[in-house]
Amino acid sequence: MLKDEDRIFKNLYGFQDWGLKGAVARGAWDGTKKLMEHGPDWIIDQVKESGLRGRGGAGFPTGLKWSFMPKESDGRPHYLVINADESEPGTCKDREIMRHDPHLLIEGALLAAYAMRAHTAYIYIRGEFIFEREQLQRAIDQAYEAKLIGPGNIHGWDFDLYLHHGAGAYICGEETALLESLEGRKGQPRLKPPFPANVGLYGAPTTVNNVESIAVVPDILRRGAAWFAGLGRPNNTGTKLFSISGHVERPCNVEEEMGIPFRELVEKHCGGIRGGWDNLQAIIPGGSSVPCLPASVCADLPMDFDTLVKHKSGLGTAAVIVMDKSTDMIRAIARLAYFYKHESCGQCTPCREGTGWMWRVLTRMAEGRAEKREIDMLLDVSKQVEGHTICALGDAAAWPIQGLIRHFRHVIEARIDEYTARADKEGAVSSKMAEKAMEAAAQ
Amino acid sequence: MSVRRLDKNQPESFQFTPETEAWTVELLKKYPDDKKASAVIPLLWRVQEDCGGWLPEPALRAVAKRLEMAQIRVLEVATFYTMFNLSPVGKYYVQLCGTTPCMLRGAEDLAAVCKEVIGPQNTVTEDGLFSWVEVECLGACANAPMVQINKYYYEDLTVESFRKLLQDLKDGKEITPGPQNGRQGSCPEGGPTTLHAYCKPGGAA
Repeated sequence: MLKDEDRIFKNLYGFQDWGLKGAVARGAWDGTKKLMEHGPDWIIDQVKESGLRGRGGAGFPTGLKWSFMPKESDGRPHYLVINADESEPGTCKDREIMRHDPHLLIEGALLAAYAMRAHTAYIYIRGEFIFEREQLQRAIDQAYEAKLIGPGNIHGWDFDLYLHHGAGAYICGEETALLESLEGRKGQPRLKPPFPANVGLYGAPTTVNNVESIAVVPDILRRGAAWFAGLGRPNNTGTKLFSISGHVERPCNVEEEMGIPFRELVEKHCGGIRGGWDNLQAIIPGGSSVPCLPASVCADLPMDFDTLVKHKSGLGTAAVIVMDKSTDMIRAIARLAYFYKHESCGQCTPCREGTGWMWRVLTRMAEGRAEKREIDMLLDVSKQVEGHTICALGDAAAWPIQGLIRHFRHVIEARIDEYTARADKEGAVSSKMAEKAMEAAAQ
Repeated sequence: MSVRRLDKNQPESFQFTPETEAWTVELLKKYPDDKKASAVIPLLWRVQEDCGGWLPEPALRAVAKRLEMAQIRVLEVATFYTMFNLSPVGKYYVQLCGTTPCMLRGAEDLAAVCKEVIGPQNTVTEDGLFSWVEVECLGACANAPMVQINKYYYEDLTVESFRKLLQDLKDGKEITPGPQNGRQGSCPEGGPTTLHAYCKPGGAA
């Protein structure tokens, strides 16, 4: 288990003062100016050496991403945009940073902006997080007042930090959709290239980072890249906020070392699986977009990017959704399919049409009202959606379904058998079943 | 995607309140001078609050004019983002999270309570007090199941505590946002497993 002194988010649960005084007492804003005196390139090198990989889901190396920004301005301003549009089902970690330890984020924003020669940063927070927005704004106001940020601040790098919010669109967590939204349009992703580092917000060089990625930067710089790189496993370094939801005794957020085995994670912090370890059916290890894994592989499963990819899943945002044996897997995944149908922005045909089609088929399969050949057809359609859209929402909609078919095909088949067994000799399903289906359709 | 259209019944006109106008002047300072459109979501949100929780069509036109945008661009934004209500809602607008993490912990039972106490989705009760809608993940999954009522989150609900929340609102009583089972934030129920020194108010720092 991670030692308490190695934890970055000391006020994760909000027992203490969230404000500037409390944050400073916990070590924030300590020697920030000294860190900046090493120069922007030093900061980028340190972040590279720490091995920090983006905490928003894709796991792209943060330092490398920063180095894509032009070293000199060509007359256009540089922007840092912080993605606080936390909407991936299962994920609820950035919320805790913003409402309980917002100064970590603000200090990180200053350091990151300085490293990328940006004088302006926007935090794009999801619209529903109204309390978090109010709290974060209070913290930003404190930082301005204490001259920690703003024009002519004590750190010698003019820096404005603005809080902007969305209005309930999951797709705005995709970086280019976020930029579109920030510019006042529908959140429909842009084609890449050009990448935001060249043409981003208002056509200027922009880097978009997740809240957690930015909030860990001050601690990495203060304690040294080697400290962070020494935690976790090779290529999967550092600490990570895990959000554990679903069928555990005590769901929670917790900061742990990257690569912690799944069983240790839930037994140490969550009181174990509801009804005991043997009652585990499946997990979704990284937010709804990654394929589920059956209980058989979960016990010693190290929770990190590379291991989970080997298992054909992913760490994503480290939001672990736990499902015990009482879970109807088909319905659970069908509900996710509905989510993607609801959140598709409608720009690309495979996703706009495919998400609805996949949801409808899965809904029938949850009742058993399907034919077995449709399972392969569903798999085939999911592969036609995957990789054929501008952004990754198409992939994200396809993967949970592929995971379901990969590991739980027998459940779907059994459901279909059960349904057909109720059919009478003429091949029609008993009138009671038909009535039920009609009712469900009417709802 | 979901199909969203403007309400059939629209007021004749709309005007910004002086407070909202002053607020808009401040808001626009966040964005470059020639990028006023950036303010469209925050301004629409403010206007929605001013209009009692929904966006009438004349308000969309006023926002377009204020931000020097084409009306169609504002209409696009208002219909794209699902937090903008295009029809009136109840005084207490209940958004129930129904996505899988909440569903696993009983969101469907809460939906049944909504149906029983309030009625069908997207329908305002006769007294104008309530309306409800099932929404997608609200990002409080470790505190599932949960609802958002107007601005704030009410978490760790059970059928009983949710019923009580609605009854308290009906009775005009104050309700307290956050976990409804006495839990602190997203700390494991019954006490933290880490950072014990930091998990009491004013503890080691």
